[in-house]
Amino acid sequence: MDTDRGEPVLQVRDLRKSFGALEVLQGIDLELRPGDVLALIGPSGSGKSTLIRCMNMLEAPSRGEVLFHGRPVCTSFKGRGQRVGTGELRRRVGMVFQHFHLFPHRTVLQNVTQGPIVVLGEAPAQAEARARALLERVGLLDKCNAYPNHLSGGQKQRVAIARALAMNPEVLLLDEITSALDPELVGEVLAVIRDLASQGMTMILVTHEMGFAADVASRVVFMEAGRVVESGPPEDVLVKPRTERLQAFLARHLR
Amino acid sequence: MYQWDFYTVLQSFDLFVSGLWTTFAYTVGSIAIGIVVGMAACFARLSRWAALRIAARTYQEIFRCTPLLVQILWAYYALPMLTGYSISNTAAGLLTLPLYVGSFYAEIFRGGINAVDKGQSEAAAAVGMSGLQIMRHVILPQAIKKMLPAFINQSVIQVKNTSLLYAISVAELTYMTSVVNSDTYRPMEAYTLAAVMYFAMLFPLTQWADRVERRLARGD
Repeated sequence: MDTDRGEPVLQVRDLRKSFGALEVLQGIDLELRPGDVLALIGPSGSGKSTLIRCMNMLEAPSRGEVLFHGRPVCTSFKGRGQRVGTGELRRRVGMVFQHFHLFPHRTVLQNVTQGPIVVLGEAPAQAEARARALLERVGLLDKCNAYPNHLSGGQKQRVAIARALAMNPEVLLLDEITSALDPELVGEVLAVIRDLASQGMTMILVTHEMGFAADVASRVVFMEAGRVVESGPPEDVLVKPRTERLQAFLARHLR
Repeated sequence: MYQWDFYTVLQSFDLFVSGLWTTFAYTVGSIAIGIVVGMAACFARLSRWAALRIAARTYQEIFRCTPLLVQILWAYYALPMLTGYSISNTAAGLLTLPLYVGSFYAEIFRGGINAVDKGQSEAAAAVGMSGLQIMRHVILPQAIKKMLPAFINQSVIQVKNTSLLYAISVAELTYMTSVVNSDTYRPMEAYTLAAVMYFAMLFPLTQWADRVERRLARGD
């Protein structure tokens, strides 16, 4: 079914979101297929973060649809049927935040095992074993028993990625995950993402790292003022921008 | 120069001790019930349903904006006229004290919960936790640390609040002191002894509260 990259995993149709009078998303249509690595770029305030937050229902859309494997996502109990509840959606669509948001009252290992134990009902021993494997994968096995406030930003973000991966998600939503990091710590986090991409993880990255996007993304989407302006492979969008607005944006961002 | 004479007052020391135990019992009882009441009101204030939020807010404002003494007197004298049933002074005390302290606890709990960074509940939700799971595993453990100093403070105040039950003849420490006073006609010694006994009970608590606050500050 998903082997030919045919069926979209995650889809938004005419998605609109307003905060009061401010219309942040003005009708977005987007599709994410298995194995896609989609880089979402654009100026501040263009709605990029709001868009991916609608994709795991941290924000509820004002209008339009979010579809997971073709089934609409809903927030209420009524008329469930074919629809996907937010709990199920979030178990299968993981998110990593700009400011990490690790649980400060838990060790690194406990941060990673918390989701599987509480949400998936996994046995603690098994959850711990998987967590150690994930922490090793992100290079932080030696920090298992440390508390988050003893870690650097780059280390915290790698733990956050391990925490998201512990739920075995089909899709990862990455919301400017390097924007809050000191420049010298960015590389270690991007290395993890590059590794995930090479292993076929479906991801959406909201990012300002154009070089990285060019390297890793299979598709780049440029947003401005709540709309998708350009979309395509990185060699098209980033190298040969068609619209003036994208050209201006790239001129500001690529030195 | 006043001639201190504790002898006659100390003859009735057993009454003071009995009063102290009663104070202790009402304190512990009203704090325990008050915590339950306060948590209920806190979650009502934080709930999705406006009716619950309004009801909780109303309860809080009534009990925070009227003097505890008036509440106690009202429960003992006025409430029976409404219901037609008389109420023992114990019942009146155990009705008003928890409701009173509960309204303050609710604010303390709510403040502690709201002080936890919003990103925490978002990160927990993003992993698929339900509202209850988020509260239990992520928010409350962090909130409790933040609310502890204010909670201990309010509980210390509650010990002193029990003295108002004197007005409806509950045999706690203040009432017993007045009994001894009317027997011995030595108000100076009697009330000084009562003050010393309250102090002896509360000083260790305030010191402990300071230590807790310092230890929490260090942990951050």
